[in-house]
Parts: sequence; C-alpha cells; structure tokens
Amino acid sequence: MPATFIQPEFRVKIDYDKCHKCGRCVQQCGWGVYDFNERPVPHDEKCRACHRCVTFCPAHCITIERNPLAYRENDNWSAPLRKAVWKQAETGGVLLTSMGNPQPYPRIFDHLLLDACQVTNPSIDPLREPMELRTYLGRKPDAVQVEPDGAGGYRLAEDGGMSRNIELATPIVFSPMSYGSVSLNVHKSLAMAAERCGILMNTGEGGLHEDLYPYQDHVIVQVASGRFGVGPDYLKRGAAIEIKIGQGAKPGIGGHLPGEKINKEVSSTRMIPQGTDAISPAPHHDIYSIEDLRQLIYALKEASGYKPVGVKIAAVHNVAAIASGIVRAGADYIYLDGFRGGTGAAPAVIRDHVGIPVEIAVAVVDQRLREEGIRNHASIVAAGSIRSSADVAKAIALGADVVAIGTAALIALGCHVCQSCHTGSCSWGITTQKPELTRRIDPEWGAERVSNLVHAWSHELQEILGALGVNAIESLRGSRERLRSIGLDEQTNRILGVKPAGM
Amino acid sequence: MASTVIEGYRQVAPHVRTEGDAIVFDANGVYYRQLNDAIRQAVEAGARRIIIENANGQRYIGAGLQVKDLAIEVRGTAGNDLAAFMDGPSIEVFGNAQDGVGNTMASGKVVIHGDAGDVLGYGMRGGRVFVRGDVGYRVGIHMKAYESLVPVVVCGGKARDFFGEYMAGGMLVLLGMNTQFPDDPIAGGFLGSGMHGGVIYLRGAVEPWQCGKEVGIAEASDADIAALTPVLKDYCDSLGLDIDEVLSAPFTRIAPVSHRPYGKMYAYL
Ligand code: SF4
Ligand code: SF4
Repeated sequence: MPATFIQPEFRVKIDYDKCHKCGRCVQQCGWGVYDFNERPVPHDEKCRACHRCVTFCPAHCITIERNPLAYRENDNWSAPLRKAVWKQAETGGVLLTSMGNPQPYPRIFDHLLLDACQVTNPSIDPLREPMELRTYLGRKPDAVQVEPDGAGGYRLAEDGGMSRNIELATPIVFSPMSYGSVSLNVHKSLAMAAERCGILMNTGEGGLHEDLYPYQDHVIVQVASGRFGVGPDYLKRGAAIEIKIGQGAKPGIGGHLPGEKINKEVSSTRMIPQGTDAISPAPHHDIYSIEDLRQLIYALKEASGYKPVGVKIAAVHNVAAIASGIVRAGADYIYLDGFRGGTGAAPAVIRDHVGIPVEIAVAVVDQRLREEGIRNHASIVAAGSIRSSADVAKAIALGADVVAIGTAALIALGCHVCQSCHTGSCSWGITTQKPELTRRIDPEWGAERVSNLVHAWSHELQEILGALGVNAIESLRGSRERLRSIGLDEQTNRILGVKPAGM
Repeated sequence: MASTVIEGYRQVAPHVRTEGDAIVFDANGVYYRQLNDAIRQAVEAGARRIIIENANGQRYIGAGLQVKDLAIEVRGTAGNDLAAFMDGPSIEVFGNAQDGVGNTMASGKVVIHGDAGDVLGYGMRGGRVFVRGDVGYRVGIHMKAYESLVPVVVCGGKARDFFGEYMAGGMLVLLGMNTQFPDDPIAGGFLGSGMHGGVIYLRGAVEPWQCGKEVGIAEASDADIAALTPVLKDYCDSLGLDIDEVLSAPFTRIAPVSHRPYGKMYAYL
C-alpha cells in the first residue's frame, strides 16, 4: 500500500526556461519543498502555498497552483473532509492547525453598512477639521470628582477622574500572541510599533522578554492558567494586566506549546526548562466561579499597585451574562475574541466549529452592560478577524471601545495566511523559533510596516467619522443607528440592534 | 486608591503600635485594602518586621512584596491568596490560612502553624511553603521550576484530590501526620494527573488508582531521602517538630513518566 492516500494540495511549477538556477527558492522555503539537482526540483506534497519562494524568485518563474486533481464531486464529502479522514486513519491524532477559521460561515461585518451624512446634518472634512481618534482603556468613574483649582475654579481631582485609564492614540491594539508562538523579532516589531503609534501590544501567555522592557509602558502582560513567565516584576512592568480565560480560535481549549519549540530563549522568558511541554490548560484551577475570578483580579491589582486588569474570553453563547459577571468582578476591560480569531495551534475541529462571531458578542455585551447600568465600569475590546478599518468602525458602532488586531498585523509582516504556523517552520520567519528563519524579520523594518498599517487605518477611520458627521471616535461607540444591515434575518438584526437598509 | 465603593466594610486604617523593632497592626474589622496599604507603606518606610494581630481572613497579605529581609507574622486566620506573587519575604501564620496560599510565588517562605485551604502553591516557581496540618484540594497545581528557582511545599497533614496536578517542577511533600482526618487516605484521587516535571514525596503509600496515568510510583531511594532530609529539617525547625519522627516511616516517590505527556496526541494538517 502507498504510505498515504493524501495527494498534494498544491503544485509548484517552475518555468525552467526562465529559471536562473540561483537556488534562492531552495534557501527560502521553510518546509523544505525544494531539492537542488542542477536546477530546483520541487516536492509538491510539502508545499503550503506561503509564496515565500514565489516572492523571492528573481526570475518570477515559479507558480503555485491548486492541484487540479479531480476528486469525484460531492458536496457532502468534500475533498478536505476526505483528506481529514485519511490523515486520522493514518495517525490516530487530533488534527492540529493554525490561523483563523476558514469556513464559509456568514461574515456579519460584510452584511453591515455604515451610514453617511447628506444635507441636514453635514459631513465633516477630515483634512481640515480635527478628528479625535484618542480613546481610553479602563473603568470610567460613575461620577467625576472635582477639586478647587486654587484660582476660584475647579479641576478634575487626581484620583477622581480617569487617572488609571490607558490613553490610546487610536482605538486599535495588538492581539496577544505569545513569544514562543511568534518569534522575538515579531514581538519587538509589535512593541516598537505600539510605542510609535501610541497604542499597546500584548505579550500573550509567554512572558516578557527583557528586550521589550524599554517598551513596557506600551505592553499588556498576560496571565494565563500556566502562569508562564509571571512574577511580580512582570506584573509591575506592564501598562495593564490581562487574565486570559479563553481565545476565539479555541474557546474552552488551553494553550500547548510543544517541547520542541521551547528553546533556550523561550525557556528563559517563560521560566520553564528547555524541551518540556508548556501546558496551560483551559481552566485556571484557581478559578471556578466569578468570585474566584474576582479574587485573581484583585490579587493582581494588589500585587501590581492597582494597574488596570482586563479579562479575555472567547465569544460564546451566553457571553453577555458572562461579561456582566466579569465586569462585576472588577475587570477594567473585557476582551471579546470572536470565532474567527487566529491562533498558533488549535485542533481544527475546535477552530472551525466552536464559538460565535465577535459582531454578535460585542452587540449583546454592550447592550447587556448598558441595561445593567455598568457599561462605564469596563471598556470592551473586540477581536477575532478585524480585517480593515471598516471592520474597526463597525465593531465600534456595535459597542466596542477598542479593537485588537493579530492576523492583520502578521500579514503586514509578510504572513500569507497559509495556516501552517503550528509546524513551527514559517518561511516568513513569523511563527517559528528557527534562527535561520526568525532573522528574516528585522524589527525596525517590521515596526515600520505595522505602524504604517495602523496609521493608514487611522486615517481611514477619520474619513469614516467625517462621512458620518462626527468628530470623535468615542461618539461612534455603540451608535448602531449609524449602521444598516443587508441580507441579515430579522432576528439577527434584533440581536445586533441594527435596522435593515432602507429603514 | 481606585474609586470603587466597597460595600459593607469599614474603610479604616488599622491601629498601629510598635513592639520592639516590629510594627504591629490590629486587623480587627479592617478591610484588606487598608491593611495591605498600611503594610506596603510601612515596608516602604523601612519596616522589616511586621505583626498583624486579629487577622480574620483578610486577603492578599504579602501579595507582590519584593523585599528579601522582611518578616511578617500573622496572628489569626490569613485570608485567600496569602503571599500571592510574593518575591522574598517570610510570612509566619499562627493560625490557619485559607485558599490560594503562595499563588505564583517567586521566592520567600511561608510557614503555617495550622491548616490551609485549596489551591495552595498554584503555579509557584520558587520559595518554600510549610503547613503543619491538613490542606485542601488542588494543592501544588502547575508548580514549576526554572534553573535556581525550585519551589518546595511541605504539608504535614493530609490532602484532598488533584494533589500536584499538572506539576511541572519543584518538590511537593505530604506527611499525613498532623491531621484531623486520621481515617482518610493520605491524599485524594487524581494525584499528579498531567504531571510532567518535579517530584512528589509521600510519607506512606498511595494506590495506583489514586494517581494520574502520567506518573510512576516507587519507594523512595536513599538518594531521595538524601534530597528530602534538608528540606524536612528546615520544615521541622520552622514548626518545632521532631525530624526523627518524620523520617521514621518509609516514603513513596511519585514522578512523571514523560516531560512530553501530550507529545504524540496531534496530527499536523
Ligand atoms: S529562485 Fe527562481 S530563479 Fe532561482 S532557482 Fe528558484 S526558481 Fe530558479
Ligand atoms: S505566520 Fe507564517 S506559517 Fe503562519 S500563516 Fe502566516 S505565513 Fe503561514
């Protein structure tokens, strides 16, 4: 019998008439697709269509095609399903994959349209008028406290206002991606970009490498169930602390960095020995209730001098009630991660079938917190496949204060969404720890590209605000009247709190 | 201080007096924030010996403190998350402690003369926690070691389920001696389940069904006893116990079979 029934998904074609035989494709491919025998010889079965070789081939003579191999058509037993069964019949393993959910579920963002001003309420020209994108992450007081300013007037009292809020120059932060899942150069790129853009990056659950200490005022430090890299110093360095309960790509599933990826540097940042599995199971074993969560929130506040503490959860059914509990437990922000969120590694069955869209989660959480009169007690961060400034604006109109971007930032760094991060061989040097690959990202270059992306989206947000006739992003928050839906059913419209187009 | 309204608690600073070189706080009726604020301020002002009288479950005592030569004495019951994220100080509790003692503690020493609750030593990465009596559920979960940071927890009584679950490093010791539950087994079920590092020593025996499938059970060797003796000496010195009596019974060693318990579980798409 053959070793496998699985046929290559892609075909690598080289136009040997044009090929310089320079060998760059061989050297660029992280997955070892190419042999070199007087000329490059590709092994199709290893290709993941990441386009690294295509991008670097000086002769532009490589094309990668979907293998046109005809599977007998069947809408029910699709080729990927057949492939999955073969793979499991061969290995007996849980199918592991990465990046976001690629299934064709409806994308609600793409069924929402932003409104615009016309005659009675004029739009604003963002090129001439100031447009405020600044926003604040953290609990807002129920009432501001003022004190005499000594000159007959009043000013905001030092602790009576928003002193513990984090100012963001634009309503975007970087999603948590741990050092270990991504390379140190990616972390540096994001930290430098966060500083330049006046926003925040997030360590994820892998600890804070000392090279990031200079940027610590722009870093959220994460505390997950495995408590990797967590110590009092770590907690005191971050601008805010985030308790990770869940992740959109794998709700209810913990993190697991295989031992072979725990090299010396990763081991020192996580503070675990080299080569052991880094296991952070889904539950924190000290959190079995909202009261337990409150205990951890306040333990972190006590240990850090009352820094803002956020809680990240995956968007799931009943998320509004969960969020209400989290806010009442004292969280300063709540991070909602939708089912299209990215990941470095997740069981495919979980990534593709568990969770709900972030659009719904944001809308119901915002609504519930308003009804309960506690919306000001915490900010809402929305994440899980924010792909453009339009998604940012729509998420904010649905009720978010801030959005987090992960995959988009990686795409800015070269990621081609080949969904192979879990192999640890990313040819773009992003989700790998192999030194010959990680050095492909120069932090300075990376910071420039990611900052450009954030600046570009920020300008677009200003354009959107101008079109909507508002001059501050905070005026857009939860303003669903500025959205119309198209092609969504009545019930979804009601849950989102959005009217259909034409009404 | 955040502008939170804290219902039902008196927002008062504790009464303070001095006793020799020690600062003494009367915690009677004082909310944890005021108590811990007062402790932090005293430490900042140079205090190195602090006594907390009438402790009645105040949480987070010692949380995040990073002073090596600081000694805190708690008279009464210490509340949840005692010594959480602590790095350096020593805390002695003349009474019981509640849940979460030594949560993610980095270094230092905690001695508890009574019993302690659940999730003791969660994610602990250094330092020592000694309990004279019984402990609750999920003790030593995720304890981990790294280079010179090797956490040690010794419990003198009995433990409930999930002792040492997911343990990744360090040493967990259970003596089964000073217990309120003489008829119970020394530990509950799921002992060491998911364990992939470190070592557990029990003074007595466990049945294989009580343990996770990831661990191996063996009689402690001479080398084990040699590693254990200095730890037990420190334990006995700290609590005024007799080391000869502690060492008079055989010990069982429980250690993981693999550092990669889930190494073969996945197939890569
Ligand atoms: S990089 Fe392009 S030109 Fe160079 S060997 Fe490969 S296919 Fe040929
Ligand atoms: S990060 Fe790398 S491996 Fe992951 S999807 Fe992007 S290009 Fe592929």
